[in-house]
Amino acid sequence: MHEMSLMQSVLDIIEDASISGKFTKVKKICLEIGVLSCVDAGALDFCFDAVMCGTMAQDAILEIVKKQGQGWCVACSKTVEIGERYDPCPFCGGHQIQVTGGEEMRVKELEVE
Amino acid sequence: MCTVCGCGGKYEKFGGARAHEARRIVRVEQDILAKNNAHAEKNREWLKARNILALNLVSSPGSGKTTLLEKTIAHMKATRPVFVIEGDQQTNFDAERIREAGAPAVQINTGKGCHLDAQMVNDAIRTLHPQENSLLLIENVGNLVCPASFDLGEACKVAILSVTEGEDKPMKYPDMFSAAKVMILNKIDLLPHLDFDVDQCISYAKRVNPGIHVVMLSARTGEGFEGWADWIEGMI
Repeated sequence: MHEMSLMQSVLDIIEDASISGKFTKVKKICLEIGVLSCVDAGALDFCFDAVMCGTMAQDAILEIVKKQGQGWCVACSKTVEIGERYDPCPFCGGHQIQVTGGEEMRVKELEVE
Repeated sequence: MCTVCGCGGKYEKFGGARAHEARRIVRVEQDILAKNNAHAEKNREWLKARNILALNLVSSPGSGKTTLLEKTIAHMKATRPVFVIEGDQQTNFDAERIREAGAPAVQINTGKGCHLDAQMVNDAIRTLHPQENSLLLIENVGNLVCPASFDLGEACKVAILSVTEGEDKPMKYPDMFSAAKVMILNKIDLLPHLDFDVDQCISYAKRVNPGIHVVMLSARTGEGFEGWADWIEGMI
């Protein structure tokens, strides 16, 4: 269940940001999660309450913005959209695709007070 | 138009500036794994400065990682010192096997954790003190999911798949086979007794990672071991 330790990292980032941003309460946490990242959005949601309990983000809402997977097809020399790592190129059907996007796992922004 | 931020008046009717004060947004734009990655980068620099080749061995439980390590130690130790970091949820069994094979080893017990992280490896390196020009083998927790996400500061990940597991593993666990530079197909001495389709397996692995290098061997019998030893030599 690595989503638990990822959510713990989210809390660490929030606590660091609270020092520089001088806030004491978080109302909303916006994460950007690529569909090709090694994390399941549902599992993150599941861990959210457990990790944030008793912290400044205890009552926060979790918003997850999904990012589409993208790759560079070597055969077609162009960027294509993919939903999974093993998806073929939608143009040539080949698998010579280098992933260029959709692996993000970022804390985008926080709504605070 | 709202005069506070140009939001189009969405919050103006609720009290303008006051509503904006209440909705304070802090842009963070930080990678969730930033802390781990920073530790990993420190590990990588430390290892590189000492010309230590670190490999992160990942697989499901029972793929033969520890046997592969024992054979690798026996093969390499005449030419290059080998050090081992062992990751398991519990017990010192693997570190003891490695020490018996003749290499200094540190065991990390992750407890309830499902993967090693860069901080754990940093602590282990401090205890282990691998010497310059050595080979550092990190045996990750047996798990084809979580260890894919965590950079430990290694030169690369090596995924081990035993032929008893089924040829579709690279498609079922694409993140791991995409993160690895090498796939070792282990236990090939058992192939005559199985329906495992080697070509199909390699084709699946190349679908998720077109550049993956494949080595076929049996850690038990030693068949195909030169391919692995040659690849390590090439990395050094």
